[in-house]
This record gives sequence, structure tokens and C-alpha cells, in this order.
Amino acid sequence: MPSMNIIQAINDALFCAMRRDDKVVVLGEDVGKFGGVFRATVGLQEEFGDDRVIDTPLAEAGIIGTAIGMAMYGLKPVAEIQFSDFIFPAYDQIVNELAKARYRSAGEFPASMVIRTPFGGGIRGGHYHSQSPEAVFCHQAGLVVVAPSNPYDAKGLLLSAIERDDPVMVFEPKRIYRGPDHGTNWSAQKGGEVPEGWYTVPIGKAAIARELTGRGTPVTLITYGAMVYTCLKAAELVVNEGVDVELIDLRSLVPLDLDAIVASGRKTGRIVVANEAPRTCGFAGEIVAQVAEHCFDWLQAPVQRVTGWDTPFPYTLEAAYLPDAARVAEALRKTARFN
Amino acid sequence: MTEQTSTPHTSTPNTSTPHTSTPRPSPRYDDLTQDQSPAFPLFQVGERTAMLECFRVLRPDGAVIAPDAALENSTGVSHADAKAMLRSMVRQRVIDERMLGLQRQGRIGFYGAATGQEAGTIAAGHGLQLRDWVHPALREGGIALHRGYPLKTYLAQIFGSADDTSTKGRQMPCHYGSKELNFVTLSSVMATQMPQAVGTAYAMALRHTAPDRPVTLGAIGDGATSEGDFHVALTFAGVMRPRGLGLPLILYVQNNQWAISTPIERQSAAASLALKAESYGLVGVRVDGNDALAVLRVVRAAAEHVRTGGIPVLIEAVTYRVGAHTTSDDPSRYRDEGLTKRWAGLDPIERLTHYLMAQGQLTADELAELKSACETELKQALIEAEQVPPVALRTLFEDVFAELPPHLQEQLAQAERAG
Ligand SMILES: Cc1ncc(C[n+]2csc(CCOP(=O)(O)OP(=O)(O)O)c2C)c(N)n1
Ligand SMILES: [Mg+2]
Repeated sequence: MPSMNIIQAINDALFCAMRRDDKVVVLGEDVGKFGGVFRATVGLQEEFGDDRVIDTPLAEAGIIGTAIGMAMYGLKPVAEIQFSDFIFPAYDQIVNELAKARYRSAGEFPASMVIRTPFGGGIRGGHYHSQSPEAVFCHQAGLVVVAPSNPYDAKGLLLSAIERDDPVMVFEPKRIYRGPDHGTNWSAQKGGEVPEGWYTVPIGKAAIARELTGRGTPVTLITYGAMVYTCLKAAELVVNEGVDVELIDLRSLVPLDLDAIVASGRKTGRIVVANEAPRTCGFAGEIVAQVAEHCFDWLQAPVQRVTGWDTPFPYTLEAAYLPDAARVAEALRKTARFN
Repeated sequence: MTEQTSTPHTSTPNTSTPHTSTPRPSPRYDDLTQDQSPAFPLFQVGERTAMLECFRVLRPDGAVIAPDAALENSTGVSHADAKAMLRSMVRQRVIDERMLGLQRQGRIGFYGAATGQEAGTIAAGHGLQLRDWVHPALREGGIALHRGYPLKTYLAQIFGSADDTSTKGRQMPCHYGSKELNFVTLSSVMATQMPQAVGTAYAMALRHTAPDRPVTLGAIGDGATSEGDFHVALTFAGVMRPRGLGLPLILYVQNNQWAISTPIERQSAAASLALKAESYGLVGVRVDGNDALAVLRVVRAAAEHVRTGGIPVLIEAVTYRVGAHTTSDDPSRYRDEGLTKRWAGLDPIERLTHYLMAQGQLTADELAELKSACETELKQALIEAEQVPPVALRTLFEDVFAELPPHLQEQLAQAERAG
């Protein structure tokens, strides 16, 4: 199996999808001739032409609005929003139109399409190249929301998204596009091997990114996207302190793999949830609520949240903003020691 | 109706053929001779020539195209003004080049230069009064410098250090701002500043009496004119008439013909960007953005026109992005760099330099001195700037609200513990 980074895996998925089905079109800012500012669409325009790989004008509302119209007529648009920070000019189209297209038309004019967009910080991007707005879209009934954390899942989830008869938003973890950590590349990592050709990763299924070893106090740690690697590091930080971490990588936020969360939560009774987005109304809050509803009798410690602060995403103080392994480790210790 | 099923609504068979490939007007500006100019615009709605052809004063070699004895220096621009612009343009070039170098060395995180756009930037700023407000886009940092934004602060913003009074290290480099200089802090988000500029102009119109009103200039790139916010701004600018007068507003597009990799003809199928003014009931003017004298005259006249209550003006300054989009970009991947070289040969600084030399207002020695003075100033400022510590942790939580609410006090305490 070839080893790929996340960008290559996404690119490979797009090639697979466009070759298999000529109704698949790709559109967005700089996606064609240039191949995207992150290079995810490189080579597509050469093979499929500029009618199917469209360099759009600089207007996100236009990108999503036209994609919706295409989807209603039967195309399968895969739209790229250059940074999820810039999705908001299209917010109306996504929330009031895309999310409700099927519902409001009694199923007659659904718009099943895909929106790919990089999210998250850690690239010195300041306010507008760093945000994690996924929860805002999870809050809108009618949108499927996924967030892969490795090349294998990135390709498999994107192909599932393209197959699916719903609008799907794919939040791509841009910090780990080319490797999960500074100095490491994907080939040495789980999920760095990507099969050729078509395969899918089911939407709505979480993955266990780290299993319990049976040594120490078990704690469930739940996260998604680039935070998976922060959490893996955190688990290593506490491994010699008698804390045994099961790490759940949600992969899909909507629909959520409640079974996986509940099974792990009931098993360990100790739960930490991490997301990079701000704390208030972040997706971690939703997980905590689910845990409160479904695991209450099993809980042995208060559920902890590790999140970004309730401030805009900063430039110079990026490291202080991002929930790092040390902060996650601290929450793990607190949870493990609680009795 | 789809193409296959359509039948021409006319009896002449010829009219159905253009469907195959329709030529369209393009706003790309391919005239590299640049030796002609339409008459100075009248600032009236619907003035076609003014919206389609670039007003210019100087040829690329600095010669005056249509000397007019009725005007000061036959150009309408005083030597003092021309020299003041040249100083800032050279200074900006020196700073931009040095910053690109620093970025390559990893000493700064990002930079967006205005190389080749110094006339479009500085001359526009020079055409305004200090009390006039600027809502800038990415390339207009030079206007702040021209207005007196300290180099120290400029560098502090780029380094995100404790001296960064513009954004307290919160935004990426090139996001300058200064309340004192009426230069509104830039956001990275395209076009959002344009409706805001309309609002600022409206507020000015309510708080001041024509003809003596401050003016707002909202600046934007060609790519961002595709955003809805740009069109919203034009709509509002046309419709809002506080006290029965036009808003004191200039909407200023620097058409450098590229938005990252996307060329202008993929942003707009109109024959020019200035032409769009007409359909919103605004005045549209196109100007050679590499000709500082022309930009100054157009912006100055537009400012006077809107200051006194005239209809708001949309100015398109046609130029070229001769460099990369930003330090994260490599234009050779998507465009013909041969054409870039030709545009680089139409350099605005050289044009103004040649003019001033021909006028006996500048010698080669003086120009060299000017450059080296800018370099020395920058070198010294950089040494100092690099010693300033980063912003304090506390600043991460300040200014989210006017006062630190309890939940942020708690989070600040947590962040300090996490240290
Ligand atoms: C709403 C939004 N979408 C996308 C971007 C990403 N982006 C930054 S600059 C840019 C191109 C801008 O081109 P133009 O308006 O012509 O300005 P120029 O850079 O040429 O001065 C894009 C697409 C953004 N900043 N904001
Ligand atoms: Mg541009």
C-alpha cells in the first residue's frame, strides 16, 4: 500500500471519484490551475478539464450557492472553501438552504454535495486561518459533519461523503496535512498507508486511536481531527503515572457514534473530552451532555473538558491558546485520581 | 432551458451559432504601451470613457502625456507632492523587500508586499486628508506609513511583539491599524470592509456639514470585488443619501489582475471593474495604478467631489501584482512570468523618478541617498524591533470584551497555571 499524507489522500480520493462518475465536479478558489492553496486538487483540472474543475470567482456564497443548484440538478459538487474561517460568507447558503433543501421540499429537491474545508490552528495563521467552527455546523439539522485525523480516514471518509445522499461537510485537519507532528511524516503512522482505488470509511463510526493496556486507571479520552495527536502525546505523558488511556477518535461528529462513546464511558467511568475550538458551546460540550445522559450511573469522576479558550484565535500566543498535550495530560491525571 | 433543447427565438439561423464559444469583454488590462489617456473624468454617473479607459498623466518613461499649461507644472501636481509620494514609495519598496527577506529566513511568519503597487497605495493615501478614514485591504499598509504610522509599530505588528499597538500580537503580519491615523485595523476576510466604509461615510455625513466633511476610502483588491459584500457596499453607497447628499465615500479597487492564482478574467466578465459603478448609480473612474500623478489627481478630485456632497466614486486603479501573492505563494505555478516581467518594467517608482528627474527636481545622487536613508532607518528599527519581547499572556484574554468577564478571568488563571 502506498503511504500518503492527508493532502495526497484527499487528492487521490478526488481522482477516484471523478474518474468513476462524471457527475462529480470540483469547485472553489484557486482549485483548478493552481491545484488549491494546500495542493489538494493538484492535477485534477489537467485530467478532467476546466468545466469539471472550476476556478471560481472569490465568493464563498457563490461557490456554495452554485454548488447547491448543481446538486439539485443531479451533479455531485465537491466544493472547497479555502479556509474554514472564510466559510461565513456562505453561511446563509449552508444553513438556510443546503441544510434544509431536502426537508423543506418534501424530499423533492435535495442537494447532496460535499464541502471540504481545512480547519484548526497551529500554522501561525492568526484569527482568520486557524479557527475551528465545526460545532456551528453540527448545530444545524441536515448537515453531516466529519473530521478525519489521518490519510486513510481522509480518503475513505471523503469517498463516503461523495457517495452519500446528503450534504456532507468535511473538516480537514490542516495542521497535520503533511505529518502528525513536526519532524514526523505520515508513513511511520497509523493511517498513513492508503489503499489504491475505491474504499470507504463509514460515516457515523468512531475509531479507537489508542487501546487500553490494562495497566493503570482506565480513562476514556475523546477527540477528533488534529487533536488526536495531541491526545496521543498526552496519553504517553501519563502512562508511567498509572493512567491508562483509551482514545476515541470520533471521525464523524454528525451523526455521532454514541455507541462507541457510551461503551467506553461505561467501561472506564472516567472521561476527558478535548477539542481545539473555544470552550463555550464547543463540540466537547455536546459529548459531555451525551455522557451525562447515558453514563451517569457509571461515572467515577466529573467529566473534564480541554478546549481552546473563549477568545479569538491569536497569532503570537498561539501556543498558549491551543490545548496542548500538557493540558490534556493534566486533565487525565485529575480524572484518574478523582475518588 | 438547456442548450440541446433550445430553439432560437428568432428566424435568422445565424443567431443560434454563438452558443459554441462566445467572446466576451474582459477587464484584463493588456495595454503595455500606456502612452495615452482619456480626458480627466468629470465625475458624473455613466461617463463611459472614464470607466473604461485609464486616466494617466505620465508615460512609463516619465514623460507627460498631455501637458496642460493651465495646470501646475502642466501635470496638476506640485513638485512637493510628487516628491513626498516618491519618498514614501521608495521607503515602502525598501521595507517590503527587506520583509520578504526576513520571511525567507524564518524571522517573520508571513508578509504581503505591495511591490509594483506603490503608486496605487501611496498616491491614494496622499490624495486624502488626515482626518479622512481608510478601511484598507491587504496592500494598503503603505498608506498608514505615509500618514505617519511609526516604523517601530509597523515592525512590532509584523513581529507580534509587545510594542504592537495595532493588534497586540493577535493578528498575522500586515494587519496594521491606528485610531490616531484614522486607519482602520485590517481583517484578513475579503470585502467585509466595504460595507463598513459605507457606514463610516454615513456617520461622517450625519456628524459633519457639507461641503466640509471628512471622507472615507474603502480599499479592496480585484478578487474581492466578487464577494457579495462588495456589491452590497455599492448598493448601499448609491441608495444612502443622508441629508439629501451623496455619501463622502470613495470605493477604491486596486486591480492587480490576480487573486492568488485566479486572474481577473475569472473574477469578472465586465469590460472593466469601474464600469460596475454605473449600474449602482455611482460614479466610476479608471486610472493607471502605476502612475502616481494620475492616482493622486483622481483620488484628490474624487475626495473633493464626495466631500462636498457629490455621488460616491468607485475608482479602479489598474496595476499588476509583480510579486507573489504573499510569502506562502509561488506564482510560477500558475502564470506566465514573462508577462510579469513586462509589467515589472512599468514600475511606478521608476516612472515617477524619471518624471522628477526630467523636471530637474531629483538627481541620481538624491535618489540613492533617499534609498540608503530608508535602508539605514529600517536596519536600526529592525535591531530594536527584534529585541522587544512577545506580548504578555494576559493580552490573549483582554479586549474580547470591554471588561474581563468572570469566565475569562477563570480561563486566564488556568492559562497562567498551564504556563
Ligand atoms: C472571505 C475570504 N475568502 C478567501 C480568502 C483567502 N484569500 C486571501 S487573499 C485572496 C485573494 C485576494 O485577491 P485580491 O482581492 O485581488 O487582492 P490582492 O491579494 O490581489 O491584493 C484570497 C482568496 C480570504 N482572505 N477571505
Ligand atoms: Mg488582486
